[in-house]
Amino acid sequence: MNNILNHIGIENYIFLSVILFCIGVFGVLYRRNAIIVFMSIEIMLNAVNLLFVAFSTYHQDAQGQVFVFFSMAVAAAEVAVGLAILVSIFRNLGSITIDNLKNLKG
Amino acid sequence: MSTILIIFCVLSAVTLATAFLTIFSRNPIHSAIYLVICFFSIAGHYLLLNSQFLAIVHIIVYSGAIMILFLFTIMLMNLNEEKEVHRPRITRLGAIVSFCLICLILIAIFINSKPIVGEYVTTGEDYQSIKVLGKVLLNEYMVPFEFASILLLVAMIGTVLLSKKEKLQK
Repeated sequence: MNNILNHIGIENYIFLSVILFCIGVFGVLYRRNAIIVFMSIEIMLNAVNLLFVAFSTYHQDAQGQVFVFFSMAVAAAEVAVGLAILVSIFRNLGSITIDNLKNLKG
Repeated sequence: MSTILIIFCVLSAVTLATAFLTIFSRNPIHSAIYLVICFFSIAGHYLLLNSQFLAIVHIIVYSGAIMILFLFTIMLMNLNEEKEVHRPRITRLGAIVSFCLICLILIAIFINSKPIVGEYVTTGEDYQSIKVLGKVLLNEYMVPFEFASILLLVAMIGTVLLSKKEKLQK
């Protein structure tokens, strides 16, 4: 069985995931639109999932993929609830710029 | 360079470029479209790693369900005009600097940490077909599987409650 990691190597996957995660962090810091911030969080989740699958192949163990399955379920729930919160924020404030959400600031 | 390495490089370039474009494009709808392309290329990575089940689930869940949610929310809020006020310049500069620093530190850490298994060996054992995954999922991870269904139910109820229009009480 010719495995993919013989050709590519686990390091390349690690670097790809790290850069993807950093792009997600950058998006959270850079944009003010709350929907784009959500998309950046999705990018970060996907970077971690990719690393899980790569190491599942590396160790030849199915449990990493099962964990990715659960993390996808949690991501779906998180996005549904988060977007519902964003819709209700938009109804109350008229915009979803995250700088408007300072009411709890001490 | 073997063919697989070239495919990997192209897929990685597509993934990173579309992730950057997701963040930098002004129009939120364009961001959502770029994010769809990013998710498809990640599904391509899963296929490259020979995990077909996760690739299909990823396309269904992310490119199907989640992106439809995003697009409908954007259309509901009528955000397709480019009217976003940008952050002050010092904050953006700080974001760029922190991005470079996080990248530098993480990559430096992972360059210096050598993998434990130097030579990669394949045992030829089947560990990622749908059959094996289903057995692992429903034997060892039975209880978390049920809890995932409860989580989805609770999320559905919460979403309906949150997005219901409140009546004005006067």
